[in-house]
Amino acid sequence: MEFFRNTNIDFLGKKWYFLSFSLVFSVAGILSMMFWHGIPLGVDFRGGTLVYVKFVNAPNIPAIRSELDKAGLHNAVIQSLEAGSNEVVIKLDLKETSEADLSKGKNQIINALETNPVPGKQNINNSDRIGFAAVRNALLASDPLHAEPAEYDRLARRVLDFRDKEHSGVIKSMDDLKGVVPDPVLNALKQSFYTSDFGVRSADIVGPQVGGQLKKQATLAVGFSLLAMLVYLWFRFELIYGVAAVVAVFHDTLITVGAFSLTNQEITLTVIAAILTLVGYSMNDTIVVFDRIRENVKLMRRESLAEIVNKSINQTLSRTILTSGLTFLTVLSLYLFGGEVLHGFSFALVVGIIIGTYSSIAVAAPMLVAYTEWRSKKSGRGAIPLPTPGAKGKVRVKV
Amino acid sequence: MQKNLLLKTGIIVAILLIFVYGMLGPKLFSGEGLKAALLDRVHLGLDLKGGTHLILQVMVNDAVGAQSDHASELLKDELQKAKIAYADIGKLDNQPEKVVIKGVPVDAVSTLRGIIRDRLPEYDMSAGTDNSWVLTMKPQVLADLKDRTLEQSIEAIRTRVDSLGVSEPLIQKNGLGDNQILVQLPGVDDPGRVKDIIQSTARLELREALDHGTSYPTEQAALQAHGGILPANSVIMQRRPRKGEEEGFIIVSRIPVVSGTDIRSADPGNKSDTNEPIVNFYLTAAAGKKFAAFTGAHSKDSADPSNLAIVLDNRVITAPSINGQISDSGIIEGGFTEESAKDLAMLLRSGALPASLHYLTERTVGPSLGADSIKAGVKAAIAGMTAVLIFMLIYYRGAGVNADLALILNLVILLGFMGFFGAVLTLPGIAGVILTVGMGVDSNVLIFERIREELRNGKAAAAAVDQGFDRAWTTILDTHVTTIVSALILFFVGTGPVSGFGLTLIFGLLANLFTAVFVSRVIFDAVLSRKGRGEALSI
Repeated sequence: MEFFRNTNIDFLGKKWYFLSFSLVFSVAGILSMMFWHGIPLGVDFRGGTLVYVKFVNAPNIPAIRSELDKAGLHNAVIQSLEAGSNEVVIKLDLKETSEADLSKGKNQIINALETNPVPGKQNINNSDRIGFAAVRNALLASDPLHAEPAEYDRLARRVLDFRDKEHSGVIKSMDDLKGVVPDPVLNALKQSFYTSDFGVRSADIVGPQVGGQLKKQATLAVGFSLLAMLVYLWFRFELIYGVAAVVAVFHDTLITVGAFSLTNQEITLTVIAAILTLVGYSMNDTIVVFDRIRENVKLMRRESLAEIVNKSINQTLSRTILTSGLTFLTVLSLYLFGGEVLHGFSFALVVGIIIGTYSSIAVAAPMLVAYTEWRSKKSGRGAIPLPTPGAKGKVRVKV
Repeated sequence: MQKNLLLKTGIIVAILLIFVYGMLGPKLFSGEGLKAALLDRVHLGLDLKGGTHLILQVMVNDAVGAQSDHASELLKDELQKAKIAYADIGKLDNQPEKVVIKGVPVDAVSTLRGIIRDRLPEYDMSAGTDNSWVLTMKPQVLADLKDRTLEQSIEAIRTRVDSLGVSEPLIQKNGLGDNQILVQLPGVDDPGRVKDIIQSTARLELREALDHGTSYPTEQAALQAHGGILPANSVIMQRRPRKGEEEGFIIVSRIPVVSGTDIRSADPGNKSDTNEPIVNFYLTAAAGKKFAAFTGAHSKDSADPSNLAIVLDNRVITAPSINGQISDSGIIEGGFTEESAKDLAMLLRSGALPASLHYLTERTVGPSLGADSIKAGVKAAIAGMTAVLIFMLIYYRGAGVNADLALILNLVILLGFMGFFGAVLTLPGIAGVILTVGMGVDSNVLIFERIREELRNGKAAAAAVDQGFDRAWTTILDTHVTTIVSALILFFVGTGPVSGFGLTLIFGLLANLFTAVFVSRVIFDAVLSRKGRGEALSI
């Protein structure tokens, strides 16, 4: 089977279309970053409190809102996650997240949601405090089976597996444990525990200091990564190849971040990881084309650089589309099945792979040609830089 | 040629076996099943297992302040001995490395200078405003003290975490900021309690309680009892209320008789008459002597009876009267439960923190979210991989089998690497595995497309394969180097899950260089050696 065979598309002839396409998306992203959504930073960088809560039934947002208001958390943002998951995210601003008492906001949220606490008993869905030790100790103290401690270890583990692995962290009612543990054990558990109608799935609390440091670190990582590639390509090809590739990759990064701004999705630490992967991936695509140009420059001495570049893109087109398609397939499966935690990460990759493939054809290669044409016009000589792997001196080829 | 091929196949099989062992480990033979064996080798990260990730700031200035307090007291003693008058000596609140000496007569300054030189060599002396003198801790001494404080804090946290039985904790300096500690506790299922235990300074001090331990309802009331001015060398401290009690304030001596570093050991116990949980503590020999002198001088029947304040983390727990001379041990009672008495004894045993701690970041992943993430990650990995494997089979037919074999071997080597290095698999790490599949197939595509091109140009199968691999090699090398560079930056600059993702990517790319180039080539050669001359290659 073959999709592309001896294609001969004049890519460079379409450079003005490409340029306007890139400009539209870059400018839209930049405008959104400047005037609309800004750069929506996640809690990692911005600081603040993020609590994921799962309810037993469909959460009643206005009711949650009013409970939080009562607790004085007027600025809390409540967002429902996927329909049917009964989950919400509650976000607090940095203002409510002080380093003097970091988890205050989280505790306020939990207390506000806990509408019917039972005095003298503990909430078994409170995964912050109720773990294996608490359940086992409760069973050991009441000793309902008059059994060995090992038996209670096993039962405590069973109860927690029931809560965490089978019911996503919330037990609806203590009676749900009927049949899971023997009745005397259930009665003993009922003496110590009750169930609330929610459980905390995860909590992220980042104080202002760390947020700022992470922001700096992420910017440095992206910057270093681009710089390292520029140097490598300079060493392997020619400076202009490195510059063209880095400009293309920067273009991809800009448009990807722009997509996050336009859709108002938060950029988290894992999204930065995805962007760095894209830097590597998009560079891959560009290098494949550049390698072919390097090879063809040696073989085709009579053609102009524009023709050589066009030919090189066409020769690698099949590979470019196939690889991108396959990588896109895997990333798509991540986006569809990877779960809520990876949504931002896979979104960045989905956008980035499309843009990255496009840019190696539509940005990097035309830039190389444009630069060479500009230089030969300026100097009056028709010399193009020939990449010289391994060779010390630079060889120039007459066109 | 045949012999060469056999040797190469042997190498591949050997590597396959090595990495299968790396992936599954010794449990492979224990019969507990593949899954158990795999989980034994590949450690799950915090985000998959549940647990908590904390960054703490060590308030190193606490330790600096304590050092300056100590220097102030020593200086006061020395000046009294030398019969030199002074108005006040104390550290600056906002610059704890500085001690200000006020009101020393001009003719005594040279003696003062001599005392500083002999007894406080770690300070520099300079003139301040209004005839005062300022002692500044030498920069090197200050830096050392801060480093030591950080190290001791890390040690104390490690002892505490170990005593809680957390498996595979990570406790280390956090490179991101000054004097920060990173603590990762995978699998902890009651992070709230663990957090409290880590943060508790557990600085036990024994001080004199003035006014026979009277507890005043407010700070104001305590001041008024002394006509608005606190007695010399004393401070007001909050009392920790027991169940059903109002909070109160007690006036205590500014300088402790015994401080946290003087505690030798501690254990939980029960009071003999009421069976109430208590904590027993034992002092070092030197502190025991000081304590005996103090309790002897202030016991109930002495000329100057007073009370003893037991202070934990700057709050008074109890302030009982002293029944008689006590030398090297004592008890703390104060409304403990069995568990809190046990925790406190552990904290006292493991040593006080040299400085207080603030949490800067807390990320807690509940165990249920971790379990769901694994399910989702594995589902995505299988779906993505299957799609790629099937596509390669359809598009390249015979060569597709080749690519698929290489890809599967790539995965085995990747997981084996992680097993050998004890690397931690995080959720972004699983994404890294999936991406490795997508990007790993790129090398195969590059080579296959090149072979097809060569075949179209009329080359024979063997020559086309030869040229295809040869020509694609430089490209593959360049693409792998650049991606490894960005993965390395992720690994070194990133933290936690992101760093794990970088590592997965690096292992995956290295394995891919081997499988896509070497293994795939051997398979081609094997296929070609069976074919007759001129027979077409299935690609």
